[in-house]
Amino acid sequence: MPKAKVTFQDIGVAVTVPAGTRLIEVSEKVGAGITYGCREGECCTCLTKVIEGGENLAPPSVLEDQVLKDNMAPRGHRLACQAQILGGEIVVKPA
Amino acid sequence: MPVAGLTDGAVEIAPGVHWVGALDPHLRSFDIILKTANGTSYNSYVVRGETGVAVIDTVKESFADTFFTRLESVARYDEITTIVLNHLEPDHSGALPELLKRAPQAKVYLSSRAQMMLKALLKPTGEKPPEYIPVTTDDQVDLGGRTLRFLHTPYLHWPDTQCTYLVEDGILFSGDIFGCHFCDARLFNDRVGDFRFSFEYYYAHIMRPFREHVLDAVALIEPLELSTLCPAHGPILRKQPRDYLHRYRELATPRLFNEAHSEKTLVVFYISAYGNTRRMAEALAAGAERIDGVRVSLYDLEGGEDGIFTDLIEEADGLAFGSPTINADAVKPVWDVLSSLTTVNVKGKLGAAFGSYGWSGEAVRLIEDRLRGLKLRVPVEGLRIKLVPDAGELDACRDLGEQLARHLTGRLETRVIDMAELA
Repeated sequence: MPKAKVTFQDIGVAVTVPAGTRLIEVSEKVGAGITYGCREGECCTCLTKVIEGGENLAPPSVLEDQVLKDNMAPRGHRLACQAQILGGEIVVKPA
Repeated sequence: MPVAGLTDGAVEIAPGVHWVGALDPHLRSFDIILKTANGTSYNSYVVRGETGVAVIDTVKESFADTFFTRLESVARYDEITTIVLNHLEPDHSGALPELLKRAPQAKVYLSSRAQMMLKALLKPTGEKPPEYIPVTTDDQVDLGGRTLRFLHTPYLHWPDTQCTYLVEDGILFSGDIFGCHFCDARLFNDRVGDFRFSFEYYYAHIMRPFREHVLDAVALIEPLELSTLCPAHGPILRKQPRDYLHRYRELATPRLFNEAHSEKTLVVFYISAYGNTRRMAEALAAGAERIDGVRVSLYDLEGGEDGIFTDLIEEADGLAFGSPTINADAVKPVWDVLSSLTTVNVKGKLGAAFGSYGWSGEAVRLIEDRLRGLKLRVPVEGLRIKLVPDAGELDACRDLGEQLARHLTGRLETRVIDMAELA
């Protein structure tokens, strides 16, 4: 299975993960500072800054896109509960 | 103060500006977490301009009749051009669905974050949401000779909150900030009974977790000319309103003088039956002190009170909790502290757990789960040691302390791990 590497900058941990993993699945396991509320892409609690490798995440769904707009999220931010890792290298930190 | 003395009509605050709220003198607890010894009020306001009438917030649903009676005493429904929602919690939006039916022509002004709440609120009515306009700081509504200007003041105490300023009169409709649960039919701060405790208590339980946002809001409000603060609960503050603004600034400023402000702070809490978890705590603290720029404090939970610990926790950058395991659980004093933190913001702080155990040692994992639940980051796996820590195990405690200190000071080398290694 293709692998990807996600670095959680706030805790200095890089994790190799299978493609298809969502950020939430790995960030909670490593104890990163991204925090979660509804876990369903509605509340925007898990807003995450993608420092590098945004193109290695699946594009936001219509729902995620709307929630990001509603919450005036700056460019380069994603919802960690929604963002799916495609491959390559990604660096993130809590927004 | 009983409701006696208040008529069913609106109460004038300034010419063309009226209170149309409701008193709830018999309420004894609010939102489960607050005591309300003499009840509360739900404040709603009406502003009349030459070309429009605005209603600012409503009341709890069960008080809708009182609200509509008062509203009808100063405005016809077909005159209402504007409904402002400073905060959509049900105690302020309860009468909104009915108001929208009676004044369907009114445009609704609310913060961007309030839009989804509005849809959720109107869901049971099956009604199409009204025409609503998301607004932010400096957006305005002209009522004809009177201007409502909005201030984006989120997280006071929900993401949706905003304030609305009546420019020509210097009146700020502030939503929940500057409010309190205090019920007095005399309404105005220069006439009601002593509500000082209620004002402080309300801040401590509702606003304190959001103190950074309080300071942002105070900074937005301070430059305004202020004749009156009209909060959504409690007395209308028309006498020396700026005093309440100053008090909010004081309350939201960190409580403890921080002589270690150039350093990161790690507070190690522990409780110990036979001294083993205490020895772990002491070793952890010693390990953390190996790293420059970290100031470590050690507290035995048996020797303090939850309120004091809450103050310490609010100011700390990192927290470590040590507990023995008794009957497969962490001990009650640990849970007492960890269940007392809804009044402070702990999100994003560094957390860790450790403890000695005799048989099964569940406490550490349970504490870690709680810390994660409180939205702390828990990047270093906690340490469980069976009964008496030996020299090597105390070294492991010192290493844990050092790792925590490195996290706090950003002196970590990036670790690379495989997801399959994670539990």
